[in-house]
Amino acid sequence: MNRSMIDLWVGIFVTVGFAALIFLALKVGNLASFSTDQTYSVHAKFANIGGLKVRGPVKSAGVVVGRVADIRFDNESYEAIVSMNLDSGYQFPRDTTAKILTSGILGEQYVGLEAGGDGVMLKHGDRVRLTQSAVVLENLISQFLFNKAAEAKEPAK
Amino acid sequence: MEFAGFRSRLERLGGTVTSQVWRIGYASRFLAYLVLHSGTALRRFRLTVAQVYFAGVLSLVIILVSGLFVGMVLALQGYETLQRFGASESLGVLVALSLVRELGPVVAGLLFASRAGSAITAEIGLMKATEQISAMEMMAVDPIARVVAPRFWGGVISMPLLAALFSAAGIFGGYLVGVQLIGVDAGAFWSQMQAAVDVRNDILNGVIKSLVFGIAVTWISVFEGYDAIPTAEGVSRATTRTVVTSSLAILALDFVLTALMFTGGNH
Repeated sequence: MNRSMIDLWVGIFVTVGFAALIFLALKVGNLASFSTDQTYSVHAKFANIGGLKVRGPVKSAGVVVGRVADIRFDNESYEAIVSMNLDSGYQFPRDTTAKILTSGILGEQYVGLEAGGDGVMLKHGDRVRLTQSAVVLENLISQFLFNKAAEAKEPAK
Repeated sequence: MEFAGFRSRLERLGGTVTSQVWRIGYASRFLAYLVLHSGTALRRFRLTVAQVYFAGVLSLVIILVSGLFVGMVLALQGYETLQRFGASESLGVLVALSLVRELGPVVAGLLFASRAGSAITAEIGLMKATEQISAMEMMAVDPIARVVAPRFWGGVISMPLLAALFSAAGIFGGYLVGVQLIGVDAGAFWSQMQAAVDVRNDILNGVIKSLVFGIAVTWISVFEGYDAIPTAEGVSRATTRTVVTSSLAILALDFVLTALMFTGGNH
């Protein structure tokens, strides 16, 4: 095997190898939607965040508009503080509602933003005041059972 | 009598431990010397390119074919389990995450150790047995800079590319079986995969893993070759040791790296 053939094959090898890396990054890992654009940070307090994770999506109308940056526990109000990095391209009114929602029945949890009607927009460091906690399945079931029990008692009266 | 036997056994244990520690120290000094004297290999890059050919290009067939079949088997087995939970659309996630995080770097590393690492050891060992290394020293050519360093860098460059190719071939194999053969929806296959695989957390960590494995395997290979007893038996033993030690090193390093990478910010 002469020199130029070796060079040719190594060139092909390196090209194909990097093509595989780019394939992994773009087609498998979806680098395209991994936005490195400028973001601004807002936070919200929730009584219960359920299974929300750091880096979980923040969606509005189903579109991913940001990521969960940090989750902490507030020692004073005994609530969870969720910091979110929102894409600067998306602006939300100050009276936006933040909800913890689940995609599908067993899917991951995400923060859903529902825009309000205020003229003033949320700025960096602002707090989203209107929130709705995650639905905890156990609470729902126990509520349902209590209602059932109450219904069963009433006719006996 | 009892005490003497006990003592000689203790001595043997101590001797084994000391010689192993000495060997690790020798291997580390060897690596440091190798890296410091790799100027020639990088300046005369053609030397390294030739080794990329031997370590990388000639391993392409085994890597691509194994990757394809591993991906196909993953898709078949994964589908069996996932469809019980009605989650067969997550097949892409299962195939991609297992390949990118674990199987790609580890299996490619094991194949690389047995395909290229053993060849490197045998080559350097034979050079030593036929006194080519001594001849170089006589001509004032540093054999580590001229022979060992290009092989080391050739292996280190090849390994991450081979692991990436393994993962890509595996995902293609999973696509063939999952989408074309079984009939999982192609859109769900790709979109769920893209939603679940993170570029920095999964793909970049996989690349780092394969780079670490590449360094470990080629280091062990060149060291075993250079350290081989210069006889036919010594070279064959060194070759065996390369494959065994590198495989164990890959599996042990994989556990350490996984513990560091994937258990951190995930709670």
